[in-house]
Amino acid sequence: MPHFFNTRMKLADIIAANHSLILILPRLNIALGFGEKSLQEVCDSHGVPADFMLLLCNLYTFDDYRPTVEELHNVAMDPLVPYLKASHDYYMRERLPHIETHLNHIAASTSPRHGAILKQFYADFRREIAAHFQREEKEDFPKLERLQQGSRGKIAMGKHFERSHTDLVDKLNDLTQIVYKYLPGNDLPEESIELVFDILQLSADIQKHALIEEKILLPWFSQTERSRI
Amino acid sequence: MNALTSVLIVEPSDIIVEGVSAILNTGRKFNMLSPLHDADSLEQRLPTVQPDIVIVNPTLMGSNVRQRVASLGRQFPSVVFVALVYQYVEPTVLEAFRHHVDIRAGRSALLALMDRAIADRDHTPLDEPAENYELSDRETDVLVLIAKGLSSKEIADTLNISIHTVNSHRKNITHKTGIKSVAGLAVYAMIHNLMD
Repeated sequence: MPHFFNTRMKLADIIAANHSLILILPRLNIALGFGEKSLQEVCDSHGVPADFMLLLCNLYTFDDYRPTVEELHNVAMDPLVPYLKASHDYYMRERLPHIETHLNHIAASTSPRHGAILKQFYADFRREIAAHFQREEKEDFPKLERLQQGSRGKIAMGKHFERSHTDLVDKLNDLTQIVYKYLPGNDLPEESIELVFDILQLSADIQKHALIEEKILLPWFSQTERSRI
Repeated sequence: MNALTSVLIVEPSDIIVEGVSAILNTGRKFNMLSPLHDADSLEQRLPTVQPDIVIVNPTLMGSNVRQRVASLGRQFPSVVFVALVYQYVEPTVLEAFRHHVDIRAGRSALLALMDRAIADRDHTPLDEPAENYELSDRETDVLVLIAKGLSSKEIADTLNISIHTVNSHRKNITHKTGIKSVAGLAVYAMIHNLMD
């Protein structure tokens, strides 16, 4: 049996094992400075269901971790939609503008023609990702919330999740290739490298975000829906 | 090809190794090499055994599966690497492999996949050096049409080639450039002044 995290482990040890988990703390409104407390204790003091946070930590960390039907059934899913919305917010308000600032510097340091191509690609990408998040927040999340509030009957959930996530991640990875392989030498090599790291980090985070939607949200949704019919 | 195709399985579970071997043995086309249990021994053994097909569990390849498989592919261009999957594996990881098979696949699906892997191996152009990563003229033609927004079917009609050939060009273009999206390929084409 593989060793996954459990709620009795120290939160600090869990984050030491996978530092990118630090990103999920603000999305759950968990403050830093948790000292030596266990995952359970930190969650209790912040009013976060520990089993839900454990699910996220395991899914983000272990490629082979998949919650079982029973686990999904027993975990408190109330924080799911707020968590996903907080992630969208973080991407739209922090990461994408940050990446855009770097990208604009780099675009300005290369030829106007190449700069314009780069900026156009990014502008299209931003529009696409904004539309994707908006559709989820306007169409899909309300369905999930209705189901959480006990609504019965069939609610069709969009099948577009998986496909569009792959497209978004592909485009981010394409952007890194363009910046370090194909953009003719610009005057800002350090900033270009930093930009590539920023994009790769965002791409990894969005892949995990997609995993939550595909491996938690959708299975939970169909399981709950079926049990109510 | 009359000679038996040699197959090396790299997988920690004996149950799975035995199961896959048993199914492949029914085809009488395969010479099953002694299985290995981890990626390090695969890297040590490959130069000496040089199997035709390696069926490997991608979770054994550590965190850098893509680079590791790509590097093995360059060192051993005649070996076809097939991923043996029994849990979710990121699609980007699977792309590092020529083929992948889920252990829940049926007997016939597994054998059909092996046939494709053999066909793949026979068609690997050995005269093309492994480090040839520049786009060929034909690939460039296809790239420009992709960048213009044409579908594979439309590209096939325009260039008078089969849709299968278009798709194989598309695969090579992505393999060589590392770019997958149409928008990204359009940027590549524009940066390289291919769009006039």
